[in-house]
Amino acid sequence: MTVVAGPSGAGKSTLLRLCNRLEVPTSGRICFRGDDVAGLDPRHLRRRVGMVFQRPTPFAGTVRDNLQVAEPELTDAAAADALERAELERSFLDRPAHELSGGEAQRLCLARTLVTGPEVLLMDEPTSALDPQATGALERLGRRFADTGVPVLWVTHDLAQMHRLADRVLVLVDGRIAHDGALATLDDASPAVRSFLGTS
Amino acid sequence: MSTDISWAGLVGSLVLIAVAIALSMWQRLQLERSIAWASARALVQLLLVGLALRFVLDPDRSLAWAWGWVLLMIAFASLTVARRAREVPSVLPLAIAAFGAAAVVSLGVLFGFGVFPLEARALIPMAGLMVGNSMSATVLVARRVFEELRDKRDEVEARLALGAASADAARPYVRAALRTALIPQIETTKAVGLVFLPGAMTGLILAGVDPLDAVRIQAAVMYLVLGSVATTTAVVALGVSRRLFTADHRLVRISRPAE
Repeated sequence: MTVVAGPSGAGKSTLLRLCNRLEVPTSGRICFRGDDVAGLDPRHLRRRVGMVFQRPTPFAGTVRDNLQVAEPELTDAAAADALERAELERSFLDRPAHELSGGEAQRLCLARTLVTGPEVLLMDEPTSALDPQATGALERLGRRFADTGVPVLWVTHDLAQMHRLADRVLVLVDGRIAHDGALATLDDASPAVRSFLGTS
Repeated sequence: MSTDISWAGLVGSLVLIAVAIALSMWQRLQLERSIAWASARALVQLLLVGLALRFVLDPDRSLAWAWGWVLLMIAFASLTVARRAREVPSVLPLAIAAFGAAAVVSLGVLFGFGVFPLEARALIPMAGLMVGNSMSATVLVARRVFEELRDKRDEVEARLALGAASADAARPYVRAALRTALIPQIETTKAVGLVFLPGAMTGLILAGVDPLDAVRIQAAVMYLVLGSVATTTAVVALGVSRRLFTADHRLVRISRPAE
């Protein structure tokens, strides 16, 4: 689990959007498993690099309809499996997506992303609109994916969350990577990073 | 029965304008000037159009004049749409394409199937009904698609992030916009005859045509209008939606209007 931290406006979300190719770099390049993403089919890339956004974005229709946006041929068994991996019960399938709570809707968005079978998960401040309990549930899920071999890139400006989740920390300041290392290495970080961390 | 209005008769109808002006003065609406100006302007405009139509509709005149008139109407309608949906990118070429497509489809059917004889006196009014009645729906759909894709950016990008092609990601919003634009026209078509007598039919009955003959023409006109609205809105909705995505399936930045 890599946590991308930094003050707001530092470019954390932009970094994730570049990885998912919702943005293209004005200079430099983005590589995924050694390939420049500019040369890859964006639609195929986006299914390999799953993304969960800051605000839950349930689509119109039922939970099943939402999951079928990711895979029109999705069977109920596969849908239930994706829900289960996001800690939602099978009974959710027929519920209108717009009636879910914030935490449930965000887990639906996660399940929807899982349907595409991503190799990496990009989480763009996924808990910023959630209450502490829902936040805890989503953090646990993120942790589990990281532990089962799906690397997670998790953006947050919440330092406590960074400490709870990170194996590795990237600190962005003014659009540049100001620190990159294991959580423990933050103690030796540069003054700019320490100022963000409030430890200077 | 003669339904010609003499010039004296026209002057007689001006009494109705006098009534409106009197009402404005009595209730101090301060609309007297506006009413007088609007009535005078309408008369002058209609006279000019009448003179131009008399020229174009002359049976000895080449049909090319009538087609030129149709092109002018399309150009004017496209400019109107572009002005009323100013915030929508590339709306002028899209409107021209939309009215052009509607002209090909609806006039092609009307004259190709021989519903009306292809002569200036049928071509110009039919093209006018087609363009005039589809203008507001075209504006509505252009603005609606634009606003939907701007305001539902999060949802659209979530769809793109799932690997959807831009056309698929936009489809629910384009569909909603098209329904919004088409439903009023469908309602109008349903209510015709019960709630109001449409202009073409009223005109024909005034001119002494048998009501059943007038109804047949009116029905053809209603179908023409519905077909035209469907064509123009589809072309504009799909065009605007395409214009808002890049070739690599990204939604372009859409700035909000300054408050």
